[in-house]
Amino acid sequence: MIFSLQEYFALAGKAIGFIFVKPFYASDAIQQMNAIGVGSLGIVLLTGFFTGMVLALQMSVQLQAFGQEALIGRVIAGSMIRELGPVLAGLMVAGRVGSGIAAQLGSMRVTEQIDALNTLGTDPIKKLVTPRVLAALIMLPILTIINDFVGILGGNIIATFLMGLPASLYWRTVLEQMISGGFTFRFIPNDLIQGLVKPFVFGGLISITGCYYGLKTTGGTEGVGLATTRTVVTASVLILVIDYFLTQIMLTMFAP
Amino acid sequence: MPRRAGDSGRVRAAIRDELETLAEAGADTQAQPMEEGRDPHRKIIALDNVTLSFDETILQDVSFAAKGGETIVVVGESGTGKSTILRLILRLLVPDKGRVSIDGQDITNLTFDEALKVRQKMGMVFQGAALFDSMTVHDNVAYPLREHTDLSEDEIEARVREKLDFVDLEPDKVSDQMPSELSGGMRKRVGVARGLANNPQIMLYDEPTSGLDPLTTATITYLILKLQRELGVTSVVVSHDIRSAFRMASKIALLANKKISFFGTPEEMTGSDDPYLREFLGGF
Repeated sequence: MIFSLQEYFALAGKAIGFIFVKPFYASDAIQQMNAIGVGSLGIVLLTGFFTGMVLALQMSVQLQAFGQEALIGRVIAGSMIRELGPVLAGLMVAGRVGSGIAAQLGSMRVTEQIDALNTLGTDPIKKLVTPRVLAALIMLPILTIINDFVGILGGNIIATFLMGLPASLYWRTVLEQMISGGFTFRFIPNDLIQGLVKPFVFGGLISITGCYYGLKTTGGTEGVGLATTRTVVTASVLILVIDYFLTQIMLTMFAP
Repeated sequence: MPRRAGDSGRVRAAIRDELETLAEAGADTQAQPMEEGRDPHRKIIALDNVTLSFDETILQDVSFAAKGGETIVVVGESGTGKSTILRLILRLLVPDKGRVSIDGQDITNLTFDEALKVRQKMGMVFQGAALFDSMTVHDNVAYPLREHTDLSEDEIEARVREKLDFVDLEPDKVSDQMPSELSGGMRKRVGVARGLANNPQIMLYDEPTSGLDPLTTATITYLILKLQRELGVTSVVVSHDIRSAFRMASKIALLANKKISFFGTPEEMTGSDDPYLREFLGGF
């Protein structure tokens, strides 16, 4: 267990360190950004949109009971930006991309393609892991911003068409929520920082977990299956656990 | 002189003739002056008293050497650690005891980056070819050139065509194909072309003829011989195929009970009275 953790962190350290060391596999990184970012767009749009709508639907009942339905924009924006956007995007990407990375690298391992890279004088971590980690670190925050936006948009549809709230009022309360937490450097809303630190961490977590299990694959196709399952389970659990600690840290840091 | 597997009996006969001609011409070709790395008197690969254990001992006190231009075929029963020897030469594994030298340089204590540099002197053909399945044939062969040379794309294109020609594949037909579209024999030949791309001093083959039909086996054997005779490449071949081993080997190493139990020429092997050797060779 301790040895595995040591290997995991050593892989993470090397992969991140290689971002700044030549040769740069820029085309591989762009290819991975496309696979991770553009490839995950559909699933992120769908989950974000419907989560925003269902959140608005549930909240509308609760807020109407207190006569506070005008605050629905604040509730949706706060929930999506700080919590649901990053976590849902993370879980979706863990399922779709993490498993894909593990399967791809696992197949390369069992068909000796990783050994072939080594024999051709290429460091497999630099060639395979670093571009995936870099792509995930960049793309997950972008996917989260999109997820947040479509979630809030979904809430707007429910607020306007089911609750009869004017769209202008809804969006004004969304903005009020974003500025209520204060600013960093006088112009970056603290809510946004909280919402973007998380996906950045989750992006690294998902890609390194996928690469770790992929590179450690043994035992042919059965091993590849096992690596993908372990990646999705480990990454999903880690996202939820680390989300708690990140939330705790950032609530302390950005306390009003 | 392009020859394609799977065509006709005429091709089969032609390859057999080529193999015989190459075998006969072998001694003369080896006698020709060679560049330093291909000097027939110089030890290019040397294993000295190598011992390696994982949960149990895999190799114990294994020693042999390959001189410039020689082809050493390592034979032995399954699971005796034949492929492990290749991994030691590639420095993918480090021995517990003893040393492995490449061209006089002890590679046992190299750092990871130093080992990557040493590997650039070698080409490796894997059992399943290990072609990168996300790349075309052209990109597979061009890979080591793009990684380690400053050649222009035109020069790379020319080198890739040359290597594909060398392994009797038609560049115009196969360059844009993906590895999954190729037959087993063609994949192996692309693997050889990729291994050769950097003009390595050493070629290593892991079961190059396993799972292939007799004609394709003959084609691959012919290729290994051609590399030895025409380019003077030093080779280590791990194989189960004793018939091909006898055709291509300068020397044969028999691995049994974690040790090299025989190391000598094919003629010395067939002339041996050792009971295990007789049993291993069977009716050959």
